[in-house]
Amino acid sequence: MAIFSVYVVNKAGGLIYQLDSYAPRAEAEKTFSYPLDLLLKLHDERVLVAFGQRDGIRVGHAVLAINGVDVNGKYTADGKEVLEYLGNPANYPVSIRFGRPRLTSNEKLMLASMFHSLFAIGSQLSPEQGSSGIEMLETDTFKLHCFQTLTGIKFVVLADPRQAGIDSLLRKIYEIYSDFALKNPFYSLEMPIRGKATDGRGYSRACTLFIQPSLALGPSWCGCFVGGRRQLC
Amino acid sequence: MSCPTHRRPEYRKINKDLFVLTYGALVAQLCKDYEKDEDVNKYLDKMGYGIGTRLVEDFLARSCVGRCHSYSEITDIIAQVAFKMYLGITPSVTCNNSSRNEFSLILDKNPLVEFVEELPAGRSSLCYCNLLCGIIRGALEMVHLAADVTFLQDRLKGDSVTEIGITFLKKPEEKKYRRKK
Repeated sequence: MAIFSVYVVNKAGGLIYQLDSYAPRAEAEKTFSYPLDLLLKLHDERVLVAFGQRDGIRVGHAVLAINGVDVNGKYTADGKEVLEYLGNPANYPVSIRFGRPRLTSNEKLMLASMFHSLFAIGSQLSPEQGSSGIEMLETDTFKLHCFQTLTGIKFVVLADPRQAGIDSLLRKIYEIYSDFALKNPFYSLEMPIRGKATDGRGYSRACTLFIQPSLALGPSWCGCFVGGRRQLC
Repeated sequence: MSCPTHRRPEYRKINKDLFVLTYGALVAQLCKDYEKDEDVNKYLDKMGYGIGTRLVEDFLARSCVGRCHSYSEITDIIAQVAFKMYLGITPSVTCNNSSRNEFSLILDKNPLVEFVEELPAGRSSLCYCNLLCGIIRGALEMVHLAADVTFLQDRLKGDSVTEIGITFLKKPEEKKYRRKK
């Protein structure tokens, strides 16, 4: 999937909408016997690998599931502590799935606010007046594109570095926002666009329909979506 | 970074009469609900404000206008792009007092008052299209511009033309918003 996520940030820096369309991330599931040769530590309510990188299990990966059952932070689904469970030789052999931890919604909120502040700093650092602010942030694994409207709403898209046509995608998402969120009389401005209710579902649906055809690289996909409503695939 | 020059296929045309009649019904109901003309005008303005704050995003998304650098540029865009897009008319712009940032939009044709013969007796100070004033005010506020928008002349009240006056007010914290301009 060439588009990784979409964030919509309001004027005050609060995240009002977020959509992830990650490809299945690299996960590794292995069966272990006692004693565990990986060193696990508790960090930020998650159990992370601190040492013992091997076979696709890297330092920083979190414990995602034990014996096929997803863990809940530092507790297993049964409510037992993960580290305690894995310290007990009676529970072995055990199958553990490791992978890169997903961001929680609180973390996404914080990151969006932080980006909002960095954006403001970026505009002020500009030697020329009337700077547009941060438009693109490039790393080796993704590119972050940001479009700020004249009203102060920011649309942020994280995409593959090779993906082209993100500018038109950002404009299209702005159009969809003005259609679904704003024209709904019961939607309050600057508030999160909720799922389940008609505004969130409509906006999510429209955004996903736009992002999905992006499997083919290149700007041609932007014109393919003509505007009809299709079933979500 | 170009805007689509074609309309989306979903952009259906609706009957203008339905829109004009709906607006008329709205004003008529407000007149029944409130005795004083000032109240009706005030509520029309409030409703227009709510519409304007939302409509401005739709306008900016579809018209791709860039940042404006002067009040006269803004008024030109309101008259030539926004009015054209939403009401199909192009009012002319005059500058009343450039030092005090006062501009006027002169509407020679107003689709909203197509079926109105004259204001009812006892409603002589009713601003029939005050919704438009509220819309402009709300839209400008969302792009961080405070403005006073009122009807200076109204054909329904006996004047020769319909004139909307826009007065741009000084923002209290101009420095903070400098980058937005």
